[in-house]
Amino acid sequence: MDALLLARWQFGITSVYHFLFVPLTLGLSVLVAIMETIYVRTGDETYKNMARFWGRLFLINFAMGVVTGIVQEFHFGMNWSEYSRFVGDIFGAPLAVEALAAFFLESTFLGLWLFGWDKLPKALHAACIWLVAFGTNLSAFWILVANSFMQEPVGYVLRNGRAEMTDFFALLTNPHVLYQFPHTVLAGFVTASFFVMGISAYHLLRQSQLEPFRRSFRLALITGVISSLLVAAVGHFQGQYLVNAQPMKMAAAEALWESADPAPLALVALVDEKDQTNTFEIKIPALASFLAYNSFQGEVKGLKDLQAAAEANYGPGNYIPPVTPVFWSFRLMVVAGLWLILLSFYSLYLWRRGRLEEKPLVLKALLWSIPVPYLANTAGWLMAEIGRYPWIVYGLQRVEAAVSPGVSAAAIFTTLVAFTLLYGVLAVADVYLLAKYARQGIETTPATRMLDNSGEVSLWI
Amino acid sequence: MDLTILWFILVAVLFAGFFFLEGFDYGVGILLPFLGKSDGERRAIINSIGPFWDGNEVWMLTAGGAMFAAFPHWYATLFSGFYLALFLILVALILRGVAFEFRSKDDRPAWRNFWDWMLFLGSLLPALLWGVAMANLIRGVPIDARMQYAGTFFDLLSPYTLLGGLTSLLLFTLQGALFLALKTGDELPQRARQAGLKIGTGAVAALLLLLIMSYWETDIFTRIVPGIAAWGALVALLLAWWSLSSRSYGGAFILNGLAILLGTAALFGGLFPRVMVSSLNPRWSLTIYQASSSPYTLKVMTIVALTLVPVVLLYQGWTYWVFRQRIKARNLEY
Repeated sequence: MDALLLARWQFGITSVYHFLFVPLTLGLSVLVAIMETIYVRTGDETYKNMARFWGRLFLINFAMGVVTGIVQEFHFGMNWSEYSRFVGDIFGAPLAVEALAAFFLESTFLGLWLFGWDKLPKALHAACIWLVAFGTNLSAFWILVANSFMQEPVGYVLRNGRAEMTDFFALLTNPHVLYQFPHTVLAGFVTASFFVMGISAYHLLRQSQLEPFRRSFRLALITGVISSLLVAAVGHFQGQYLVNAQPMKMAAAEALWESADPAPLALVALVDEKDQTNTFEIKIPALASFLAYNSFQGEVKGLKDLQAAAEANYGPGNYIPPVTPVFWSFRLMVVAGLWLILLSFYSLYLWRRGRLEEKPLVLKALLWSIPVPYLANTAGWLMAEIGRYPWIVYGLQRVEAAVSPGVSAAAIFTTLVAFTLLYGVLAVADVYLLAKYARQGIETTPATRMLDNSGEVSLWI
Repeated sequence: MDLTILWFILVAVLFAGFFFLEGFDYGVGILLPFLGKSDGERRAIINSIGPFWDGNEVWMLTAGGAMFAAFPHWYATLFSGFYLALFLILVALILRGVAFEFRSKDDRPAWRNFWDWMLFLGSLLPALLWGVAMANLIRGVPIDARMQYAGTFFDLLSPYTLLGGLTSLLLFTLQGALFLALKTGDELPQRARQAGLKIGTGAVAALLLLLIMSYWETDIFTRIVPGIAAWGALVALLLAWWSLSSRSYGGAFILNGLAILLGTAALFGGLFPRVMVSSLNPRWSLTIYQASSSPYTLKVMTIVALTLVPVVLLYQGWTYWVFRQRIKARNLEY
């Protein structure tokens, strides 16, 4: 394999892995902050115990997110040095601001929160976790500003053979990020809500520690219903926007080879990329047009026309991204999202009637649905990033021009294998700890926990 | 002032802050398996840096981000050139970061022992490799006319650069010992002092040899200020050793921190106005002017940095104030 392909695989694997941990961080930090705020306002110790319990799961997850995030920051220079030279003037700025404004905030105040239970006044301690929540979501904004420039370059000029920033404000108000940021953050809330609902459902099933897990469930149910609906709504508008902004990506997501007016929506399709056709498809007439324009009329451009237009614009070459993965990851994301909406609304219905705990099947479905948001998150990113191919910066730089010229395929292969193995082992350890603590449940008397070898009592393992 | 120069200074300050702060928490990680005799002691050692290490590590991330934003060519050449060295640092930081969080969350001695050694290794490797990397920066590496690194991983390893790595390793470990002497209780401060005196002796020898070799290997002493800073680092280190031997831990910590800061200042002062020295041809060295971002980006980033850095310093400083007491067994969270 050549260096380019290996570098792409490495970025793909490490990014997807990194983003397994990010969404839970985004949402769970806010849920823990809400729990602790209720504790501060009511003095109800149950909420304090809840905040500690979910906070511990948050920390196990957060550590993985942090360490895998460092890899991402180094990657741009290590594997993609020509990309870094080309867009560093623009891309480096949001990364630096992310570190300065968000990473410092979340890491410092998480330390204060974790170690400050006995040292800080209650309200100040709760403020710390709010600052962590603010910091993590702020960091999402900055990295998405950077990513949005790759999807839709704005506020730049090409000068001295590179893209130079001309308008920082334009970067921040990039229409692409205005859809992408809420979609990503809401997906984080969905992930955290179903995480909390699923683990709470496990304890409701076993009839253990009912009070705190009922309260946890109720809170997560509210956020879950709202966020799963909103993430789909924002996603819909994002899709409508992308039909115009990145028509190639959306045509690939629909496996639409020929332009059509009105355009049908393929529910499933067997894509033949070589002959540029679908050998089999089940489609609903005019639905793609309707989703794109809210009208059963309107032309949706097909891949072949877009390819011709791109060749006229950028010169000869293949501008069609890999259709199969984009098409199927889009469907996986949508189906997962619909399942989560359905499940959360049905749970709400049962909860309102006080019958949820009589339905073990629903509780089990909630438990086993914990991975579903993860599938949706991953699929969404695969669609967004593979759909950008062959561009690393849309319309400005192709991936093959971006890779480090001085780094050998052997070096990338070595690190790719090492990262994959290391990440695999860490995933096992991480899931082991999460499962262990999730099962153990909420402690009610934290001071009686364990004895050290030194014979001293400690508050928290 | 010329913003390019300001940003070179800012990157240097961020690295200095990183070495000053994360230096001691690397050192604590390195000393962990040797100074902690029981699980309780080991937990006390880890918890002494518990609230700080993550915030300290962000200094490195910010230094990298600032380098990317202000000097994209520096970032690109350095990170793609020092590829395997940075990869090893990444692996170390991954293991170290999760070790903090995972270590005490299972009771089995084998589990805890494993993560203790990962914490050790994860602290040792970066403490060594950042020194190697910095020594390479000032000594010069094969950089061709197209700003590309033209060597291999093994070109980064020479007696001089390895000595640079050993020096940073010993300075950071000493700083860790001094921090433990300040922050732990019972027998640990005494043990940390004993270790610190030995490590300090080694650090003095390594730094002295490094300075002497620098006359041949680098051009750092062709200018007054970096030269004074370099020898000043040795003086500060000697004073730190003397303070430690007379049981003034706070003074020793500040003095050794000063040695680390002066060493970093000598390094960046010696580099200026270059950011990467080419060993192939002096004309191929990267300077701040070739490597920098556009004036507009530098202006935006200057406003951002001058607004945020003081705020960060305030709340990070406040953290150290909140956790100023010695570690007691009842505050353990890790």
